[in-house]
Amino acid sequence: MTVSAHDNRQRLPAWEAALSHLVLVAGGFFLMIPLAWMLSTSLKSLGTVMSLPPEWIPRTFHWENYADIFRLVPFGRYVWNTVVITLLDVVGKIVSCSLVAFAFARLRWRGREVLFLIMLATMMLPPQVTMIPQFVVFKHMELIDTIVPLVLPNWLGGPFLTFLLRQFFMSIPLDLDDAARIDGASNFGIYWRVVLPLSKPALAAVAIFMFNGSWNDFFGPLIYLHSRDKYTIALGLRSFQDQNYTEWHLLMAASLVAMLPVVLIFFFAQKYFIQGIVFTGVKG
Amino acid sequence: MIPPSSPMRRREERDGWLFASPWLLGFLLFTVGPMIASAFFAFTEYDVLTQPKWVGWANFDKALTDDPKVGQALKVTSIYAGVSVPLQILLGLCVALLLNTQIRGLQFYRTVYYLPSVLSGVAVALLWRWIYAPNFGLINSFLARFDIVGPGWLGDKDWALTSMIGMSLWHVGGGIVIYLAGLQGVPSELYEAVRVDGAGRGAAFWHITLPMITPVLFYNLVIGIITALQIFTQALIMTNGGPHEATLFIVLYLYRNAFQFFKMGYASVLAWILFAYILVLTLLVYRSSGFWVFYAGELKSR
Repeated sequence: MTVSAHDNRQRLPAWEAALSHLVLVAGGFFLMIPLAWMLSTSLKSLGTVMSLPPEWIPRTFHWENYADIFRLVPFGRYVWNTVVITLLDVVGKIVSCSLVAFAFARLRWRGREVLFLIMLATMMLPPQVTMIPQFVVFKHMELIDTIVPLVLPNWLGGPFLTFLLRQFFMSIPLDLDDAARIDGASNFGIYWRVVLPLSKPALAAVAIFMFNGSWNDFFGPLIYLHSRDKYTIALGLRSFQDQNYTEWHLLMAASLVAMLPVVLIFFFAQKYFIQGIVFTGVKG
Repeated sequence: MIPPSSPMRRREERDGWLFASPWLLGFLLFTVGPMIASAFFAFTEYDVLTQPKWVGWANFDKALTDDPKVGQALKVTSIYAGVSVPLQILLGLCVALLLNTQIRGLQFYRTVYYLPSVLSGVAVALLWRWIYAPNFGLINSFLARFDIVGPGWLGDKDWALTSMIGMSLWHVGGGIVIYLAGLQGVPSELYEAVRVDGAGRGAAFWHITLPMITPVLFYNLVIGIITALQIFTQALIMTNGGPHEATLFIVLYLYRNAFQFFKMGYASVLAWILFAYILVLTLLVYRSSGFWVFYAGELKSR
């Protein structure tokens, strides 16, 4: 994302710049309104939610809505369950994808090119095709209503994030590997002490993508988790909606809590988000 | 140079397979195995609890000729993907072009446009249900200021799909970031060259900028179509396929068959139909790319 060397950005005449700002501000305004609306609703009482015209800034802030969602449903439990699954997914994904990406990017072995193409081809396979037999197998292993079906596949690589890491690993000079080999390093030593330390930005991007995907996953928990005390936030929100479908102030407070970790990560690690999608999107 | 038969090369050969083994295992256990099983289930009647019963092509016959819901699901899903993906690309490209100037506040705008696109899942679906809520939702309470009675949006069979498409535009920012990077990757020599030739900015856009970023647009088109065809969470949370099946997306219908009616065989057929559909569309886009996608490397390498 460096713009210093090849700066294509044109200088615009003043009126065109003003027009651009106008369009961009208007667009940004429309994109931000839903979030403002969510925050505003989450601080209202049931009565003021149903008032016309709506109060954008509630006369009194009902912070207790945020306490209520933890009181009315075991929201704390849902958060904990989601944290456990998400952390296991993120660690598993980083470990497995980086190992596989290392094999595809830095080691020479017969079958590498073919297998890499096969891996890319699996990106087109919609998960719905494999989902039903996977469910059947986990059902026969009596692993339904455990986190195993949600976590285990993430410890076995995955095409998108492996591809992202492989692209990044390819950009590290191979001379470093040869130098380490001459010093007697094993392949694992090269992976651990040469490639991984130089790939922190890409690993961060993988961690963020997986966190996001895992934290928001709905389909997986929906088919695999059935008892209420194992629910993730996504499932909790859904059952909360079914019971309190008109209590929008509580629903919005709960939704906001569900989004908060992603928003926080976004603000603190936007750089890695952007590097990650640029790496898959432009150089792919 | 290391000779190819040295112990070091042999170790590398072995370690390649070893390092790749997590994916190989996952590929066999969670992709190849299930694909074979799914192909088998497609010819059976299977409710998970009792043994699968072989029914031949019956599931395919039903899906392709006898079940109007399949046609409806494919229609709704195609309209959704066919409208939302090009709109997202067009809008995203326009914003990226505006940002690709020496405009102040680039970081700020990028953050604002990008933030919504990282939010997803049930929370976002709930937020948009509330925005589209008929009486006190954001849109209709705004329209009420002008004494306009807005439609029921998600509850109105003529508006539900449009509402879903509108919501998808909230996620336009992911593309913007990619286009911006693509625009920055255009070699500035090319611009200098046309400037020397006396071409205007319009010509520079049509003859340089646009051709040079077609690979990026192509990538986003393919990924966008694949993602859009698999829309599920919004459908289940916001409309549950309704009203009158106006938002019965294919994955939602598949989910119902598999996990509510426990018709695993029939659901497998639906999954294969979806796969075939994705494959055909991707192939069509890929075939078309020869006409409109320009790879700068082609000139040098061929």
